[in-house]
Amino acid sequence: MADEAAEAGGEETVDEREIAPETLFGMLLTRSLDQLVIHPSRDEYPGLLKTLHDDGYHSVIDLTGVDYLTHPGRSGVPASVTTERFEVVVSMINHRERSRLRMRIQIPESDPVLASAWDLYPGTEAMERETFDMFGISFDGHPDLTRILMPEDWIGHPLRKDYDIGRIPVQFKGAPENR
Amino acid sequence: MTTTHEAPISTDAVDSLVSPIPEGARQITSSDVVAAAQGLRDLGAVLRVTESEGLKAELEQAPDDETMIINMGPQHPSTHGVLRLMLELRGETVVRCKPIIGYLHTGMERTGEELTYLQGPTNVTRMDYAAPLFTELAFSLTVEKLLEIEVPDRAVWIRMLMTEMNRISSHLLFMATNGMDLGAVSMMLYGWREREEALRFLQEVTGLRMNHNYIRPGGVAADLPDGWRDSVLRLLDMLPERLAQYDTLLNQQPIWRNRLQGIGVITAEECLALGVTGPLLRSTGYDWDLRRDMPYLAFDEVEFEVIVGAYGDCYDRYAIRLAEIHESMKIVRQCLEKMPKGDYRIQDKKVTPPPRARIDESMEALIHHFKIFTEGFKVPEGEAYVSIESPRGELGCYIVSDGSSKPYRMHVRAPSFVNLQTLPHLMQGGLLADGVAIISSVDPILGEVDR
Repeated sequence: MADEAAEAGGEETVDEREIAPETLFGMLLTRSLDQLVIHPSRDEYPGLLKTLHDDGYHSVIDLTGVDYLTHPGRSGVPASVTTERFEVVVSMINHRERSRLRMRIQIPESDPVLASAWDLYPGTEAMERETFDMFGISFDGHPDLTRILMPEDWIGHPLRKDYDIGRIPVQFKGAPENR
Repeated sequence: MTTTHEAPISTDAVDSLVSPIPEGARQITSSDVVAAAQGLRDLGAVLRVTESEGLKAELEQAPDDETMIINMGPQHPSTHGVLRLMLELRGETVVRCKPIIGYLHTGMERTGEELTYLQGPTNVTRMDYAAPLFTELAFSLTVEKLLEIEVPDRAVWIRMLMTEMNRISSHLLFMATNGMDLGAVSMMLYGWREREEALRFLQEVTGLRMNHNYIRPGGVAADLPDGWRDSVLRLLDMLPERLAQYDTLLNQQPIWRNRLQGIGVITAEECLALGVTGPLLRSTGYDWDLRRDMPYLAFDEVEFEVIVGAYGDCYDRYAIRLAEIHESMKIVRQCLEKMPKGDYRIQDKKVTPPPRARIDESMEALIHHFKIFTEGFKVPEGEAYVSIESPRGELGCYIVSDGSSKPYRMHVRAPSFVNLQTLPHLMQGGLLADGVAIISSVDPILGEVDR
């Protein structure tokens, strides 16, 4: 019994060291083609922004969404992270250390809401509006969450994978007839 | 950069951000930036009413002592395309402002999901129509990152040469439109005259004046034509004299300086909080250029200066762009000297179609050619973000691949889209007439804003 337990324990520690996930600021860290990607949960996101801000990441360079409806088995997400339909991708930059960091935050389809980064990073205002417009993901605490690119009264979110983009049949009306 | 402002230069705040400071001092910088973000929020420069409410307010008669909401654009000659500004005015002073965009939205990110990686550049090149080669480059670099391939040296240097030429033409266009907006109509003609020369070179190489589809994943579409060196040298010999004329015409002219100096001032901290990049950020004295600080292509092998301003006003933004033309010419000259021989596109059969001559003699080459142009090449699953320094700031491309021959998601981080957010802050408290100078100095390209 004791031997078994010791063996099991030993194996566990070895396993742990082998698969010990890399972390950064306490968040799971992965590398996508040498680019650093961290995977905070929705609840961790506002706190992480604060930490990153204090660490020198003074600019949110990009904020956008991805709809994984037709490609649920995406790559680059650690096994312990539950994948959801939507992802919000935030790219940040640290000018002094000349480093970049990307966040991928999973957003469920049933409740597509994320805390707004506007408080710390006012520059995300337009980007969050665009993500709202294109994906229907709401940002809690955003001062003016309205459509930005589509007309105000538009229905639907065009970059969702189940949004019908429609097609116009090609007609060759004026084509000369065969002689 | 040498500006001849009378006021003493106060760059203390800027220095603390730019120069390397010891550990521990970082907290101070951090709180400064927090204060800037707080300040921007408290400023209340942004008009937060919906478009329909704004239109209603515009139609209603306002009493004399109240503010008035008026719409500038979307069809206004000074808004550089179809940008609409909803302005709250008290007399002629701008109280608040809200840029309304989307009039040029054609769903290019969605279109990008329907096109193969080889067709991709034809789509993205139409975003920033004043600097189309840059979007092509950002897209191609991202695809190459996902493919994990390296393009040949000659392709790298051709890309550098072409994008710097494009930067020159884009900044010349800025010179022209900036002059036009401020009533210096002769400057408009001069700027366009010189831009035409730069475009002539681009046409000589790519076949088109704009929307080139020249930089593609795997290299460039064609090698440089015979006599390209002479064309470049002719341009390089002509430009300095013409730029000196601009200098004589504008830089020392009191009307020009009065219209621009001290107008639309922004600080480095505010720029960082707003995510602003490019000449707008550099005008505040913040020394940041991706070409030097996060080099791509072979920018670490060429010598050039990063031009920074000191005041963050419209004049600095104008002067920076004028000086950047000189720097780009420096880089172009080095490209001329260092241009290596070799292939202009990667010789990876997976990505590059076979040469025309092979198609006539080999059935397999014909099939291969057909497959690449109909089906496209497959890109391994993954995601990547690659950014470059466009004439307007950081231009990034984020692509998610699901392993097929079309991007699963293609997103372009357009610098104009982000930079446009400074308008309410730059315009607040200023005169409506200065607003025109401010829009012009931000230099937005609406095709890129709306995508």
